Amino acid sequence: MFSHPFIKFLGRFYRGNTAAILGSVIIATVIFMSACASVIADNEPNKRVARGHQPPSAELLLGSTRSGKDVFSQVLHGGQISLLVAFSASAITTLIAVAVGISAGYFGGRIDEFLMSLTNVVLVFPQLPLLIILAAFLGQVGPLVIALIIGLSSWAWGARVIRSQTMAIRNKEFILAAEVMGESKWRIIFVEILPNLISIVVGGAMGTCIYALMAEAGLEFLGLGDPTIVTWGTMLFWAQSNSAFVVGAWWDMVVPGAAIAIFGGGLALLNMSIDQISNPKLKTGGYIKTWRRMKVEVEAKRAAL
Amino acid sequence: MVSSNQLMANVADITNEQMGTLEVENLVVDFALDSALFKRQYMRAVNSVSLTIKAGEALAIVGESGSGKSTCARALTRLYKPTDGVLRLNGQDINCPENQISQAHLAKQIQMIFQDPFGSLNPVHTIRHHLYRPIRIHLPRLEGNEIEDYMLATLERVGLSPAKQTADKFPHELSGGQRQRVAIARALTTGAKFILADEPISMLDVSIRLGILNLMTDMKDEGIGFLYITHDIATARYFAERTGVMYVGHMVEWGESDSVTQTPHHPYTQLLISAVPEVGRKRENSISKDHSKSQIPLWKPESKGCPFAGRCPKVSNVCHERMPDVTQVAEDHFVRCFALYK
Ligand SMILES: Nc1ncnc2c1ncn2[C@@H]1O[C@H](COP(=O)(O)OP(=O)(O)OP(=O)(O)O)[C@@H](O)[C@H]1O
Ligand SMILES: [Mg+2]
Repeated sequence: MFSHPFIKFLGRFYRGNTAAILGSVIIATVIFMSACASVIADNEPNKRVARGHQPPSAELLLGSTRSGKDVFSQVLHGGQISLLVAFSASAITTLIAVAVGISAGYFGGRIDEFLMSLTNVVLVFPQLPLLIILAAFLGQVGPLVIALIIGLSSWAWGARVIRSQTMAIRNKEFILAAEVMGESKWRIIFVEILPNLISIVVGGAMGTCIYALMAEAGLEFLGLGDPTIVTWGTMLFWAQSNSAFVVGAWWDMVVPGAAIAIFGGGLALLNMSIDQISNPKLKTGGYIKTWRRMKVEVEAKRAAL
Repeated sequence: MVSSNQLMANVADITNEQMGTLEVENLVVDFALDSALFKRQYMRAVNSVSLTIKAGEALAIVGESGSGKSTCARALTRLYKPTDGVLRLNGQDINCPENQISQAHLAKQIQMIFQDPFGSLNPVHTIRHHLYRPIRIHLPRLEGNEIEDYMLATLERVGLSPAKQTADKFPHELSGGQRQRVAIARALTTGAKFILADEPISMLDVSIRLGILNLMTDMKDEGIGFLYITHDIATARYFAERTGVMYVGHMVEWGESDSVTQTPHHPYTQLLISAVPEVGRKRENSISKDHSKSQIPLWKPESKGCPFAGRCPKVSNVCHERMPDVTQVAEDHFVRCFALYK
C-alpha cells in the first residue's frame, strides 16, 4: 500500500532530471565500490606490495604510496571509513535537528524558548575552529569520535530551518483537525507533520553529509585524526607529509582528493534536485517545459493559417 | 477515559433539557498581544458570549472578519483555552477537571469543519488515512473489513462515489467541493453529535455551495447539531433555525433566523443586511467598503461601552460608557442596543 505511491513519486522525481540521475549513479557507484573493496582490490590496503611511489600501471592501477602500499586498494578501503563517518555524522545531525526543530516548532512557548537558546549557542560557535580545538584537545582521534564531534556540533542550523517549517505547518487546518480528532501529540508530530518535512530533512541530511565528508578529511589532513587508520583524509595526510607532489608522485595526492570531490559532487547534484522540490522558487524546469510546449502549439497554429 | 460509573453519576444530576445541547455561557477569550515589551497587553477576542446549540438544529453566527466567530468554535474544541466562562456538553462542564472529559471523548461528540478545503486535508496522506484514523481512535471495536465497510459507507453518505476509488486518492486529486465532503465525512466517522462548521462553503465555487449546504441539512435532519459560522446572512437564513450576530467579540443580536434577518433591530445587523448584494451586483465578502474599517476597535479587557459605538448611526453618550443589557423584541429574538429604549 505504501510502496505504490512512493514508486510513482520516484518515477516523477527522476523523469528527465539528469542531475538527479547522475548524482544517484555516482553515489551508488562509490558506495558499491567501497563496500566491495576487498573483492575488487587484490591487495590489502596496509600491506607493502611494491617499491615506493610507483606510478599507475597494469598491476597497480593507481600506483603505490611512498611506503609501497596499493593506492587503489587504499582508496576503496578508505572509502568505507570515510563514508561511514560522513553518514553517521549526518544521521546524528539530522536526528538532533529534527527532534529539536519539530519539538520547538510544535510545542512552542517555554519549550521553544529553551530549545532555541540552546540552538543559538551551538549556532554561534565557530564550527571548524571548534572541531580543531576539540580534536587537538582529545589527541589523535579515531573516526568514531570524529563522527560524534561533527554530528553533535552541526545540527543547529538544520534545527532552525525545521522549526520554522514546523511552525508554518502547525497552524494549517489539517493539524488543527487532527488535534480536534483527539490524535496524540506524538502521532501528530510523526505522522502528520514529519512527512511534510521529508524533502527538507533529506536535503539537509545530504548537505550535512557533504560537510561531514569535508570536515573529516580536513581534520585528518591536519594530522588530528588517527593516521594508522586508512581513510581518504589520512591518505591525504600521508601524501602531504611525504611531499608526494614535490617528488612527482601526484597520484598519491590526487586519488583521495578526487574520491572526495566525486562523492561530494554526486551528493551535491542529488541535493540540488531535492532542493527544487522543497523550494518552489527554484522550480523552473516545469515552467520552461510548459512554455516550450505552448510555443510549439502556437507556431503550429500559425503555420496552419 | 471516563469510567462508565462516573459517567452515570454525572448524568444523573443533569436535567433532561440539557441532554443533546452544547452550551456556551459568558465565554471570554483573551489573546496576548506580542507587541508589548514590558507589560503584557491583551486583546479580548470574545467577550461574554453565550449561545446554545441543540441536536438536530443549526445556529448560525454571522459577523465581519475578526469578530471572534472562529475563536468561539475553537474554544469549544479546546483548541483555545477560555479566559472565563463555562462550556457545557449535555450539561457537563467540559473544562471542569472533575468531569474528566478526555480530548478523545470530546472529539467523539464535537467535530469541526474548516474553511479552507485545501488546507484541511494533509497533502501527504490518502483520503483513506483521513477517515481511518478517526475510526481507529473512536471506534476501536471495529476491525479489518468492518473498518473498510464503515469508511466506504461514510464516503457514499457524503456523496463521494465510487467510494473505493475516492479512498485511494490524495487530496490534490480532488476538487474543492469533494475535499470539503471528505472533511464532512471525517467529522461524521466519529459519530459526532455536534459539528462546528467554520465558513464551510465560503471558499467553494458558488455552483457547488448549495450541494454542501444540502448535505449538511440532511445531516441536521439526522439529529446532528450545527454551529454554522458564515459571513453570508442569506445562507444563514437558508440553513439555520437560529442566528446570532457578532461584532468585535460581542453577541449583539440573536434569535430565530427569520426574525433576525427580516426585522433586524440592531444597527449593525441592519448594516450587514443592507450590504447583502442584490442579484447582478458584484458580491463582496464583507461590508468594509462603505464604512471605514479603521473604526473597528481593538477590544481590550479594559475597554468599555458598546463596540459598535464608533460606527453607529444611532449612537448616544451612554453607548460609550457601558454595554447595553439584553432586550427581548420578539418571542425568540434578543438585542443589545440602547437605541431600543428610546
Ligand atoms: N491564536 C491567536 N492568537 C492571537 N490572536 C488571535 C488568535 N486567533 C484569533 N486572534 C484574534 O482574535 C480576533 C478574532 O479572530 P477570529 O478568527 O475569531 O475572527 P473571525 O470572526 O473568525 O474572523 P474571520 O471571519 O476572518 O474568520 C482577531 O482579531 C484575531 O486577530
Ligand atoms: Mg474565522
